[in-house]
Amino acid sequence: MFEHYLSLFIKSIFIENMALAFFLGMCTFLAVSKKVETAIGLGIAVVVVQTITMPVNNLIYNHVLKEGALSWAGLKDVDLTFLGLITYIGVIAAIVQILEMALDKFVPKLYHALGIFLPLITVNCAILGGSLFMVERNYTFQESMVFGLGSGTGFALAVIALAGIREKMRYSDVPAGLRGLGITFITVGLLAIAFMLFSGIQL
Amino acid sequence: MKAFRDFLDKQAKHFEKGGRFESIYYLWEAIDGFLYTKGEPAKSGPHIRDVMDLKRMMITVFFALVPAVLMAMLNTGYQANLMLSKMAEIPAGSWQRWVIAALGAGFDPSNWLADLLHGALYFLPLYILSLAVGGTWEVIFACVRKHEINEGFLVTSLLFPLILPPDIPYWQAALGISFGIVLGKEVFGGVGMNILNPALVGRAFLFFAYPAQISGDKVWVAVDGISRATPLAELADPAMQLSVTWQDAFFGFVPGSMGETSALACLIGAFILIVTGIGSWKIMASVLGGMVGTSMMFNWIGSTGNPMFALGPHWHLVLGGFAFGTVFMATDPVSAAFTEPGKVIYGALIGFLVVMIRVVNPAFPEGMMLAILFGNAFAPIIDRIFINANIQRRRQRALHGARAQD
Repeated sequence: MFEHYLSLFIKSIFIENMALAFFLGMCTFLAVSKKVETAIGLGIAVVVVQTITMPVNNLIYNHVLKEGALSWAGLKDVDLTFLGLITYIGVIAAIVQILEMALDKFVPKLYHALGIFLPLITVNCAILGGSLFMVERNYTFQESMVFGLGSGTGFALAVIALAGIREKMRYSDVPAGLRGLGITFITVGLLAIAFMLFSGIQL
Repeated sequence: MKAFRDFLDKQAKHFEKGGRFESIYYLWEAIDGFLYTKGEPAKSGPHIRDVMDLKRMMITVFFALVPAVLMAMLNTGYQANLMLSKMAEIPAGSWQRWVIAALGAGFDPSNWLADLLHGALYFLPLYILSLAVGGTWEVIFACVRKHEINEGFLVTSLLFPLILPPDIPYWQAALGISFGIVLGKEVFGGVGMNILNPALVGRAFLFFAYPAQISGDKVWVAVDGISRATPLAELADPAMQLSVTWQDAFFGFVPGSMGETSALACLIGAFILIVTGIGSWKIMASVLGGMVGTSMMFNWIGSTGNPMFALGPHWHLVLGGFAFGTVFMATDPVSAAFTEPGKVIYGALIGFLVVMIRVVNPAFPEGMMLAILFGNAFAPIIDRIFINANIQRRRQRALHGARAQD
């Protein structure tokens, strides 16, 4: 059992990297990768939110939305899966909000470190995409927890690597027309080529 | 020689500001700088505090590559002649064989001169092509962006054909070197400012864009329609038998990309690079260490279904692009890590990844190219960790030092 979780964890970090294999969460990925410090903040925020929201969405899917899931309430034939998208994003937004308030109250230091990133990633498609993958692949509650941690870590790793490269690129002499986002897109493309070394590994 | 120097000096006015050919000043400057030593100090990286300038450095790498180039030609010809000698009749339809027949050199695999000629007819056109295409891009960018052309592209355009299979179509090779030079290097500002190794970027592009011409088992022997898998592909497939000995692989008489087959030639190159201090021995040693450690770990784990688990480190060393990549690609001073402890981590990461891909990734039999690109991508962050640790340590020391003086 432990091996299964471990391989899922590794798979979600490297082989199915949210940012560099699926290109999800690109807006935050490109915008918040200018400096390594901020990239680390964003990475931690993604890991935390992903690890919390995915199991919660898993519970909601399995006990409310799935066809026949409402049988405990006597509604045997109700299929609410069409509400999935809006429910997951709502759940994510609510959890992030609660998390923010809780952090502000109990761990103000961490709250200030994460700062703007928590509300920012509420609408990150990597987070929503994680929940949708979880539904599509029928993960169990434990699996969704591991997948959340892994995919968040993968995103964090990618954004930190990109930030490192972009910090080094301050010494580069990029043509005027490509400065800023243009060269970042090219860099992300090259980075994705390098990440393809994991594609094809069967775990 | 003096007459030639005077001739160059006389032409200078046409290329300087206000001259007729002002727009191609940097092309002229490159020719002048290439033939004679420049009288100016270095303006941009890589900064080496030594008499060794970028020009001498690149020329040394060039010479370190000579054994690999010779082996590339010899082995390409040997592999082709070996296959031809097994055929009843030499098939027509290749200009290389037409030239050999016209010269009367024959196709005897045991005749080294015939092998060398046959291989040269495959290697040299690719080399000239990548030199011409790569050089053209370099000149265009230098003239438009007003930066100097430097000798870096000579190394890139020699490395690039060495990591190609002999039978690759010329247009693909041209496209690959264009991608490598333009998107791997020039958009970042040219030599010294790129993130990934340009030759490897070009090869990776070809690898994913045209896999049929750069991987599989049809491309490694320069005779159409002949399939012979690389030793790594043979080892990875339980249905196949390994057809070469360790000695073959060490000396380089196995199918593979042209320059990468001979571990011996790479060792000579490594010796030159280490003695002259151009290639970092730390990187080479740590790639080797990472490879040995990881392969021994896989040996220890063992597997019933995957024969690659049992492959010992001495085989990993001589097969595929490991030796070539370790010596000439991973040590690229621009894209590698530059802090001393960072180099060790960077090298070990590459060594670990290459064995991991070979053993557990069924999609690619060889992983040196992608492992080095991955290492390049993470080199800046590795460096940053050690630089910050250094800053922290010095700050601590400064604080304590100040306190001690109080």
